[in-house]
This record gives sequence, structure tokens and C-alpha cells, in this order.
Amino acid sequence: MADKVEFELVSPEKLLKSQPVDMVVVPGSEGDFGVLAGHSPMISTVRPGVIDVYEGDRIVDRVFVAGGFAEVTEARCTVLAEEAVALTDLDRAAVEKQIKDLSEDLDDSKSDAERAAAESRLAVARAKLDALSQSSAH
Amino acid sequence: MPNLKDLKNRIASVQSTRKITSAMKMVAASKLRRAQEQAEASGPYAERMGRMLSSLAANVQDSGNGPKLMTGTGADKVHLLVVISSDRGLCGAFNGSIVREAKRQITRLQGEGKTVKLLTVGRKARDQLRREYASLIVESYEDVGRRRLGFSDADMVATKVLAMFDAGEFDVCSVIFNKFKSAISQIVTVQQLIPFAVPGEAAAATDEVKPLYEFEPDEEQILAELLPRNLSIQIYRALLESAASEQGARMTAMDNATRNAGDMINKLTITYNRTRQAYITKELIEIISGAEAL
Repeated sequence: MADKVEFELVSPEKLLKSQPVDMVVVPGSEGDFGVLAGHSPMISTVRPGVIDVYEGDRIVDRVFVAGGFAEVTEARCTVLAEEAVALTDLDRAAVEKQIKDLSEDLDDSKSDAERAAAESRLAVARAKLDALSQSSAH
Repeated sequence: MPNLKDLKNRIASVQSTRKITSAMKMVAASKLRRAQEQAEASGPYAERMGRMLSSLAANVQDSGNGPKLMTGTGADKVHLLVVISSDRGLCGAFNGSIVREAKRQITRLQGEGKTVKLLTVGRKARDQLRREYASLIVESYEDVGRRRLGFSDADMVATKVLAMFDAGEFDVCSVIFNKFKSAISQIVTVQQLIPFAVPGEAAAATDEVKPLYEFEPDEEQILAELLPRNLSIQIYRALLESAASEQGARMTAMDNATRNAGDMINKLTITYNRTRQAYITKELIEIISGAEAL
């Protein structure tokens, strides 16, 4: 594969990654999609999940994102993430504790707004745990 | 004749003031550098967000009905002003000029018969606006980004603004903040956030060939998610600019204060030396005239 896509991962606080790669798999809200060079232009929302970066046939990098947006053009794939952590930096025990705490928050929440906020945070934490379970199964 | 002891004390106290102001200047300088770096780091996200928005907006505008955050409520009665100031003083005209501009806007809007609501960020804006407009302030935030300004701080403000907008509590939202131009000059800027003005066609036109995007899910849904996020980003940018400006303003103010203290020390030292001389001369005269009298 001669052609590469320019993969960019940006958080509001900084540009996290900008490198040419062979393929990235992005967890779109309507299903995962892989981006190779020459992909047709699209804009998609991203659900909480793991972005896989491929170099050849190997996964060289796995990054967890807590939702955001992806913009794909023929030569470029830009992911605007709200929160991004390398999968290896995630700590299973911490995530499990977070889920427990958030579940309690959810039970304690009084207003609808509080409930919605707790629910969305819980979804993110669950996605983290899923990502961890998947990677350990590999 | 001034007392020598008093003069000496004065000089000592001005010297210690100078020490403090010059230390504050150096602290501000290093914080300024950090704030500037942070402001630059947020650039790529905002830029790409703007690019996505303008291509989305172009598509949605064709279909006619955009989301309310972009088109507005149709009314123009209630204005929400987000005033961003600092928590601490000693930074020259930084807070004064923000508050002055806020007051000017309030008077103008009220003169046009509109209702104004205020949301303040930073202790100084709240304290100074509370005197006249206490009833207008709906929410005040303090200690925003005390350690390090994070996106979550901006998100907190944006969530509040969005909740108010959804509840129909205002029609137009603007933010007033100090835009960082250089360490010595900050420009008070008023930026409209809601309804959001899509970055002009000019920016889109320079883009080589505008690709036709596919959308997943459809445009409206993405836009509905993207716009609140964009609001957070705009507020985040404003907070960062304001933080950098604050440090810049403080640096300049402290630089001036240090210089003034230096001048004052020089003057006081001259007075001190002259007085000392005068005392010596006086004593000599007394001794000589005493000896002559014998």
C-alpha cells in the first residue's frame, strides 16, 4: 500500500496526533468504519469507543475516545475528540470504580438534567470497560 | 527638616514593594507564556471545527431549516451577556475596561428596550457589576481555571448557557472578553455566540476544492450535536484569550510599578543624602561658632 491517509486526532486542549497511517478504524455512531486513502468525503459523529490505527496489517495504536466528530476526505481523516486516552493508559480497576461511582450518582440524581449527565458519563465509562475487555481477549 | 529615620524607613518600604512587583512581573511573564501556548494548542481543534461547521451549514442552509442555535429564536428581546474577567486584581486596566464595555452594552441594550441578563466569569466582574446591576446577574463563576484552565471549565459555562437557551430564557447571547493582541495590548471584544454566525463564505472559498460530504447520520443531527460543542469551544477560546490577556496586562502593570518604585527610591535617596549633608553642615557650624565664641 503506497498511499497513506493523514490521520489527525484533536482534542480541544491540543493536537494529539498527526501522522500518515495506512488505515484507521473509527467507531462511528452508526457503526465502525475503516478509512483508507481515497475514502469518499464524509462527516460522521463518533460514539465512545476505540480508534484503531493500522500500519500495514498490524494495529500500532489504539486510542479510546469519549465521542466526538470525524471528518474524512480523500487524503485526510480528522477526529475531533472530547476526551482521548491511549488504551494502554486505561486502568481496569479505576474504570470499574468509576462505573460504580457513576451508578450511584445516577441513583442519587434528582433532576432530569443531572440524570442525563450521569447517564452519558456512565455510557462513556462502560465503553471504556468494553474496550478493555476486548483488548484483553485479543 | 524631614527626619532621617523616617526617610530611611520610607526607602526600605519602597524597596520591598519593588521586590514584590518585580517578582509578580516575572511570575506573570512565565504564566503568560504558558497561557499563550495553551491558546495556540486549542487552535487546531477550533479551526477544524470551523471547517466542518461551514461545510455543514452550507448544506443545511440549502434545505432551509437549520437548528435554533444557528438561526436564532426569531426574537431579539432578551440578551444574555457573558462577561469574562479575572479573579485577581493588580493587572492594570484589564478588569476596568471589561466592566466599562459591559456597562456600555447594558445601557445600549436597555436603551433599545431589551432585557439584559448577565453571566459573569471571574470575581472582579461580579464584584464591580453587582453594585449597579445585581438584579441582572443570573450566575457567577469564580476560580475558573485556577490551576490550569481546562476544557471542562468552558464546558461548565456552556452547559449553563445551553440550559438557559433551551428553557427559552434568552434570545441572543454574546460574550465580552479581552482578546490577546500582545503582552502590552489587549482588545475588549464582543462576540456573538447565539445565534451562531457561521464563519464567512470567504474562508470556505479559499479551500481548494470543496468536497461533497456524505453525512452519517444526516446533516441536521450532526449539526445539532456540533453546535453545542462549538459553543463550548468558543467559550473555551474566549477564556484562554482572557487568561493570556490577564497575564499580559499584569506583566505590563507590574513592569510599570517596578519602574515607578525605582524612580521613587532614587528621589528619596537624594532627599535622604541632602538632609544628611544639611545635618552635618549644621553641626559643623554649631561647633565652629561655639569655638569662635570662646
